[in-house]
Amino acid sequence: MQFIKPGTKIDFVGRRKLAFGFSGLLILISIVSLIVHGGPNYGVDFAGGILIQVSFKEPTDAGRIKTGLQEVGLAEALVQRFGDQVGREFLIRAQQREDMDLSQLGNEVEKSLTKLYGQGQVEIRRVEMVGPKVGADLREKALLAMFAAILFIAVYISGRFEMKWLASAFMAAAIGLASYLGYLAGAGLTVLILVAVIVALGLCWLMKLKYALGAIVALIHDVIITVGIFSLTNKEFTLPIVAALLAIIGYSLNDTIIVFDRIRETLGKTRRQEFGRVINRAVNDTLSRTILTSLTTLLVVLALLFLGGGVIHDFAFALTVGIIIGTYSSIFVASPILLLFPEGMVKPKPVPVEAPRPAPEPIEAESEAPAEVSAPAGPAPVKKKRAKAKTKKKKKR
Amino acid sequence: MSRQLKWRAGLIALMLALALLYLTPSLTDRLPMWWGSVLPSNKISLGLDLQGGMHLILEVETKEAVKSTAERILQDLRQSLRDKKIPFADVTRPGDGANIEIVFLKDEYVAGLKDLVAERFDELKVGDARTDEGRVKVQLNFKPEAAQRIRRLAAQQALQTIRNRIDEFGVSEPEIIPQGEDRILVQLPGISDPKRAKALIGRTAQLEFKLVDDEADVNRAVATGQVPPGLELLYEHQVDKETGRVTKRPFLVKKRTLLTGRYITEARVQIDSQFNEPYVLVTFGGQGAKLFERITEANVKRRLAIILDGRINSAPVIQEKIPGGTARITGAFTMEDARDLAIVLRAGALPAPVKILEERTVGPSLGLDSIRRGFKSMIVGGLAVVVFMVIYYGLSGAVADLSLMLNVLLIMGGLAAFRATLTLPGIAGIILTIGMAVDANVIIYERVREELRLGKTPKAALEAGFAKATWTILDANVTTLIAGLVLFQFGTGPVRGFAVTLSLGIVATLFAALVFSKFVFDYLVTARRLAKLSI
Repeated sequence: MQFIKPGTKIDFVGRRKLAFGFSGLLILISIVSLIVHGGPNYGVDFAGGILIQVSFKEPTDAGRIKTGLQEVGLAEALVQRFGDQVGREFLIRAQQREDMDLSQLGNEVEKSLTKLYGQGQVEIRRVEMVGPKVGADLREKALLAMFAAILFIAVYISGRFEMKWLASAFMAAAIGLASYLGYLAGAGLTVLILVAVIVALGLCWLMKLKYALGAIVALIHDVIITVGIFSLTNKEFTLPIVAALLAIIGYSLNDTIIVFDRIRETLGKTRRQEFGRVINRAVNDTLSRTILTSLTTLLVVLALLFLGGGVIHDFAFALTVGIIIGTYSSIFVASPILLLFPEGMVKPKPVPVEAPRPAPEPIEAESEAPAEVSAPAGPAPVKKKRAKAKTKKKKKR
Repeated sequence: MSRQLKWRAGLIALMLALALLYLTPSLTDRLPMWWGSVLPSNKISLGLDLQGGMHLILEVETKEAVKSTAERILQDLRQSLRDKKIPFADVTRPGDGANIEIVFLKDEYVAGLKDLVAERFDELKVGDARTDEGRVKVQLNFKPEAAQRIRRLAAQQALQTIRNRIDEFGVSEPEIIPQGEDRILVQLPGISDPKRAKALIGRTAQLEFKLVDDEADVNRAVATGQVPPGLELLYEHQVDKETGRVTKRPFLVKKRTLLTGRYITEARVQIDSQFNEPYVLVTFGGQGAKLFERITEANVKRRLAIILDGRINSAPVIQEKIPGGTARITGAFTMEDARDLAIVLRAGALPAPVKILEERTVGPSLGLDSIRRGFKSMIVGGLAVVVFMVIYYGLSGAVADLSLMLNVLLIMGGLAAFRATLTLPGIAGIILTIGMAVDANVIIYERVREELRLGKTPKAALEAGFAKATWTILDANVTTLIAGLVLFQFGTGPVRGFAVTLSLGIVATLFAALVFSKFVFDYLVTARRLAKLSI
């Protein structure tokens, strides 16, 4: 069985303007939504407060629960239906307030609801209470994790893709230094992450690490849009969601790396093709794999989303969104970005078609001479060929 | 089979055997007796979110320990100044209460104070004397290292006390771990009454005996809010059993603590035969018993307030000298209250109050629910993938499915072997791995298909496919491994469980795809001379 017939030639690169526009729009919507909502909708983990999951023997409604909550000073608490048993399970959330002693609130809610509904009718299934201090700590920890992940991944892909470990060491040092300076200047962690991202992107551009640039852009793209969709759907941002985001980063890069690997391989095989066509061919060649993997991963994540129950629902939702966006970005964002570089800077210019010069193959060719080269290779200035042969050797390690 | 194939078969068999060996204790309860002595017997431990239980982060308010030390020193200092015949007007703890201020009427006494502090209170630092409206005020502060030591000791002691209390309460496999300078992480798996456990852990349980000053006018103190120096206003709470109403009765007691719960050697629940009510009988051992005897002897016919956490429990009149060092703590207790009070008194008081900073409680029914739903989604999602692979890749799909099963087995075995904890996000990590693991096979198969289209024989196509795919697979998985390791470093609890299964999953995937799948294909084409590849 085959979904994608061999030899499929979809012009992904040609539609990059459309794709960039679409991505730009999604990012814009995400950012606007985040601004309108005043940042991510932090859950109990990060904002501090209390979350109580209650289940009832008999179906009830939020209004009645609220009357029970008034007694314990939780009139403003949010009461939400939860899980798939209609009317039987609810989440009660309350934000941290100055004068509140959260540590006993779970007990008080249980007492008050039991009074209202009767003995044995109410079960407190889960209590999550996070004081403001711990909330701030957790927020910091989560941001630190994101920061570390971005740092390590930026270093890894700039080193691995381009085989320029020196450059990647330099990158690590630069990001480290910039963050340290930012830290000394008293910048918050969010700013530090922004600094790290900008430094990483800037360095990729300056050092012409185009693959690393593409991968990092795709990664940021995926994270922003996933966070944006969370903001749009008003879902809460909690610790497991951060874990999901990191998993998405890993997954999206996984996809991107496979396409990039193919681009480099195709570059080695076909010597005189326009870069855009090489990218197209590589994306098409890996399309079958990209779609299959996304499909199997989606299958299991959807199973988790629909069968996993309320506690894991948002986590599964984040993964679902991230996998879809990640797959899209590795095809439509990461690869076309490679074309943003002025070609002369990163790779020998394609030889102008109008100047064919029948000449014997240079010696370097025999070391590569792949069997599948389609078009007979035209000549190219020897100097440029050598440069290419060099990159190829490196790649083969 | 060639030698090399045999060698690989051996390696795979070894890994499989190890995984099964580590998994067996988790799968069955009826292990033979000899198993534990030679083979691993630990089960996969479940996180609190799966087995239910309570997770608490406590903060020891060590500042309060500094304050109470200051109060104790203040009392000593007052006595010492009197003994040395140094006249002073007042000794107080102004401001936040962590330092002491002494007021003299003439500054010639300051030198005497300095000598006294140097001689007997070397944890204090004497500040400069300030003259204010003819009075001389001297501030005494803790030396920074002394304050630090008090705080550290308080944190350590609180940790020990909480350990003792939980031990007495009886929780299987509790975890009580210090975090940072003044925080304590407490994890109580499978606890059925979180409310009670919380009360037990959080209670300061400071038992104090102080004399009631019956000459002072209590009512005036309550009305005006002005408490005579050296005394404090405390209340006795009495609960009416019928109406449940609480009445508060005020007392003026001397600030000086005569005896604390520190000397308690035993605390037992007894039943009062007269009222058929439980009470707690505390026993002071050795020095405490002597102290108690002396106190009661010196204060016959006066009232001794028994104070628990700043509240008067009772204030009986001392009828006569009490030898033997026992005291009753009464109150309208339920049996359970009395038992818990006995536990905390036996385990000792917290040197400072603790505050609950974070609480996560999962009821056992929700935990079971999560396990059930988690495994259900794993099976449904897994089956979908398994069926899909066979439809799409035929026999090769079945090989991928086999390596998928090996993969899950290795993850579970790894969990048991590394004594990692399985959480709900951890189950999600396994599910995600199931989806992503076939990716390795897909990469290989797509490559092999390409090679086959070029007209290669199955053997050559497999060789080329594996060779080209290996680096891609390694590359692609490293990034997820980085994300997993970062998460492991920064995450706690459930999230860490996700990091564990995700990272284990990647390692298992690499093994299953690059070693196991390759072995199966090599076996098929070399040993079985497979002519046509179903892929």
